[in-house]
Amino acid sequence: MSECPVCGAEVAISDDPVEGELLDCEECGAELEILALGPITLGEAPEMEEDWGE
Amino acid sequence: MRVGFLHSLIRKDEKLLIAELRKRGDIELVFLDDRRLVFDLEARPEVDVVLERSINHSRAMHALRLYEGVGTRCVNAYEVARRCGDKILTAASLRDNEVPQPEARVAFTPESALVAIEELGYPVVLKPAVGSWGRLLSKVNDRDAAETILEHKSILGSYHHSIFFVQQYVEKRGRDIRAFVVGDECIAAIYRTSEHWITNTARGGRATNCPVTPALADIALRAAEAVGGGVLAVDLFESEGGLLVNEVNYTMEFRNSIDVTGVNIPERVVSYLMQAAR
Repeated sequence: MSECPVCGAEVAISDDPVEGELLDCEECGAELEILALGPITLGEAPEMEEDWGE
Repeated sequence: MRVGFLHSLIRKDEKLLIAELRKRGDIELVFLDDRRLVFDLEARPEVDVVLERSINHSRAMHALRLYEGVGTRCVNAYEVARRCGDKILTAASLRDNEVPQPEARVAFTPESALVAIEELGYPVVLKPAVGSWGRLLSKVNDRDAAETILEHKSILGSYHHSIFFVQQYVEKRGRDIRAFVVGDECIAAIYRTSEHWITNTARGGRATNCPVTPALADIALRAAEAVGGGVLAVDLFESEGGLLVNEVNYTMEFRNSIDVTGVNIPERVVSYLMQAAR
């Protein structure tokens, strides 16, 4: 578990976390990104840009 | 083998690919976060092949060009990203290869775009040349709407919104098809069903299995070949005159399609990558 940087709630981390991984905070709905692995550090994910996609 | 994994944010699709790459004993995974990269135009990265999974089209396309410039094999190739990332270039590639697609027009001013729209006849779909997930698509039902949208685009939009790609609206009866192509095989397909005219799964479209018929495989493979081939998701409409290719996606999302098709898509992608690297 790690702390949501937006609302402070506990956020579940998968067994195989990767830097850059996207997560949702179930408490406040914020979209988060794993910024570092040791220790796990979360930040708000960047806003969608115009050329994002497939 | 050293595999460079070109990425920015890691979504479920990327996690599935990473898990598959890590299963293979002979692969060393090198993460290439496009937000941290600094390219030396002369230096070859210490990887044997690059798997492109960037969420930003511009970054992906330029990175692929730079990697290929120093002799690194990339999946997909730069030229594929260039053709697929711009709907006008996709349409031109499909036309060059006589792949059926909805009728379309391109115009460069609001005035000529209005002429293009009226040539096709209402309704039409106005699309930004670059963009994905059904964002900023406009179904234009009449002249009042056309004039309003064109004025808004020209005043509020950035410069590339003054390149107008106008596509005939195809009545798709609530669904379209996404076919997954890996190399020379159409490995799976889904129907994307929605009550909304935009059926992208990113916009709530529901995925169900679509049988890969010979006709579907044929047009999907021809579309993939037209843009340069590789690992591609081909979006198609079922029109009265037969299947039409709407778009081709080069950083395909597949997370909603594995369970419904029963096809291990990440496994197929990684096997193709290994083959391409040899």
